[in-house]
Amino acid sequence: MSNNRTKGEDIIAAANSARWELGTNYHDSLIESIYGEASRISRNTVKQKGDKQAYSFDLKIDKIVTSRWLGFPIMFILLALVFWITVSGANYPSGLLASLLIDTLHPMLKDLATTIHMPWWLSGVLIDGAYLSMAWVIAVMLPPMAIFFPIFTLLEDLGYLPRVAFNMDNLFRKAGAHGKQALTMSMGFGCNAAGVVAARVIDSPRERLIAIITNNFSLCNGRWPTQILIATIFIGSLVPAKIAGLVSAGAVVTVALLGIFFSLAVSWGLSKTVLKGEASSFSLELPPYRPPQVLQTLYTSLIDRTMIVLWRAVVFAVPAGIIIWLVANIHVGDLSLAEYFIEWSNPFALVFGLNGVILLAYIIAIPANEIVIPTVLMLTVLSTGMSDIGAGSGVMFETDSIGNTASILHAGGWTLLTGINLMLFSLLHNPCSTTIMTIYKETRSVKWTLVSTFLPILLGLIVTFFTTQVWYLFHG
Amino acid sequence: MDTQHDCANCPAYNKANLIKLGLNLDNIDYVIALAGNPNTGKSTVFNNLTGLHQHTGNWPGKTVSRAEGGYSYDEKRYKVVDLPGTYSLLSTSTDEEVARDFILFGQPDVTVIVVDATRIERNLNLVLQILELTKRAVLCLNLMDEAERNHLEIDVRGLSKELGVPVIPCVARKMEGIPELLQAIKEVADGEFICRPPQIKSHSKKLNHAIASLSEKLLDSYPGLPNAKWVAMRLLEGDNSIIEAVRSGELGNLNEIQPGVQA
Repeated sequence: MSNNRTKGEDIIAAANSARWELGTNYHDSLIESIYGEASRISRNTVKQKGDKQAYSFDLKIDKIVTSRWLGFPIMFILLALVFWITVSGANYPSGLLASLLIDTLHPMLKDLATTIHMPWWLSGVLIDGAYLSMAWVIAVMLPPMAIFFPIFTLLEDLGYLPRVAFNMDNLFRKAGAHGKQALTMSMGFGCNAAGVVAARVIDSPRERLIAIITNNFSLCNGRWPTQILIATIFIGSLVPAKIAGLVSAGAVVTVALLGIFFSLAVSWGLSKTVLKGEASSFSLELPPYRPPQVLQTLYTSLIDRTMIVLWRAVVFAVPAGIIIWLVANIHVGDLSLAEYFIEWSNPFALVFGLNGVILLAYIIAIPANEIVIPTVLMLTVLSTGMSDIGAGSGVMFETDSIGNTASILHAGGWTLLTGINLMLFSLLHNPCSTTIMTIYKETRSVKWTLVSTFLPILLGLIVTFFTTQVWYLFHG
Repeated sequence: MDTQHDCANCPAYNKANLIKLGLNLDNIDYVIALAGNPNTGKSTVFNNLTGLHQHTGNWPGKTVSRAEGGYSYDEKRYKVVDLPGTYSLLSTSTDEEVARDFILFGQPDVTVIVVDATRIERNLNLVLQILELTKRAVLCLNLMDEAERNHLEIDVRGLSKELGVPVIPCVARKMEGIPELLQAIKEVADGEFICRPPQIKSHSKKLNHAIASLSEKLLDSYPGLPNAKWVAMRLLEGDNSIIEAVRSGELGNLNEIQPGVQA
């Protein structure tokens, strides 16, 4: 080995001196010879028969979907359409799963626990904590994912994503970021951890870091249900029932667009300050439109994507459910741990138009954003002493209908302002634990992981603070 | 294409049967790397061979890390490594490094280069760079249906002659050409087909001389080094990871883990 080492040093020295002799245009001359050879071979072997008519159809579509005036509206309409299909399609199967897993199976399990004389705390931890949280996650997440992922994958298969990147490229470049960030951002709409990994397609470390830090501003799959539910309860209910679905979907799209805005604004801020530099240019191929392979896409997106994401959520929901049950049932003096925290943090939270329940829910839900809403409901019931609703204190439950959820929240002192702020805070808060771990793996930097974690929370607090103050200005 | 479908139904045609092994990677005989430009259908070829469902998408850069799977063909077991799609191997983004390091240090028995038949000239830039790295390659000329749609006439035999490696026209999405591809991979892997890729020379005599003398030095220290010329070029370029490999002696281990027949 030591012999190799000295031989190695000899070779490196020889290479260094040769490099000096060759001068700087060596690299270019090498690339030139490769390109020259490639073009010679292709001239000899490829012939164009007739004209290129086949692509004129693709070009016509591209002229429309990437046009200066129609590109963005088409994007937003497609986005809204996807959400609308997801929202309206997921409602019924969600209810079905909930009635099966929660209304039917849960009491059966409780009965079983009583028959075999399971101690109350064990059945609490296992059935009211672990099982119910898992059941909730499946009921709430599976239907929207099973609809959203295949539609998204079909668009991807068709070749629409590069057009999105093409449309957004200019905006991202103006923000000092890489145009490909539009692609990683789109991936983030599915899952932020996947979006962070996808940032590997960006060559420059500076721009890659910007893409990683801002990926969390893409609403991820775990946050869609929260957005949809709150939008339905607080915003859809303001308008006549006929258009409530559309208005709710519109509110969710607005929050998603706000996320894109923050993505751009934060990228701009970073590239003007700590991550200074010019945006590097790149060439993006617009691939030809290909008819999607529908069956294979369905299979892949259902089995691989949906099940993997769902499994992860279940894995995180089980311990979180146990913790929720514990903080709600361990009493110090008269109050449970949860009630202590809620009372203590309430004054602080109200400044931001939120409440202590939401803050605690977000702390408990760091592992997986999906369980925020069940945690919020359970804690609300607990802190308002509504003992007749749900299965008792410390139990995460599915309510029969959205109207029922609404009445719990209204009883808990929630207003339209709380709803709006929860939607904003759901967009602007720390990434989930998987994403944080992925960011660390990709950047290998504690500093940037911390920045990616805390920057969105800071922004979220600022935004909800101003929303609240403006609200009081008009409604005070 | 009808005749081909008839052939594919005949038992004699399929005697060497493809068995998809999925993630079962025990007792592997050969390692196959899948390389190519972004969005040429590498992942589709990968799925066809292994029976896995690596996610595919119609946009460049879908695969950013490598995926592995296996298949068995003609009583030999193959491991397939799906590499990230890249336009070149010369720059230093993470995905290009993953691809390059695997072809260089992973020493695959055969590198299957998936090429978009509608964009041959641009794809050839990467093909030529890969052929500098490894002599044992098969060109999978994918998306032939789109080339036809685009009225392109491709001289497949001529291309194979120019590049010195087998060229197999495919439509991976429809499984067309996959049996021929399997056969070509097998022939290159067991040395039946000996690849003779072209030697690219620069117009600069000084450069050619520097590369030649440096490769000679490399071959002196590391006899049997399969891609001395390429290593020499990277050293001249000042490529840090290659300099590190020379310094640490990692480069010297390359020829020892080279199974099969040396081309």
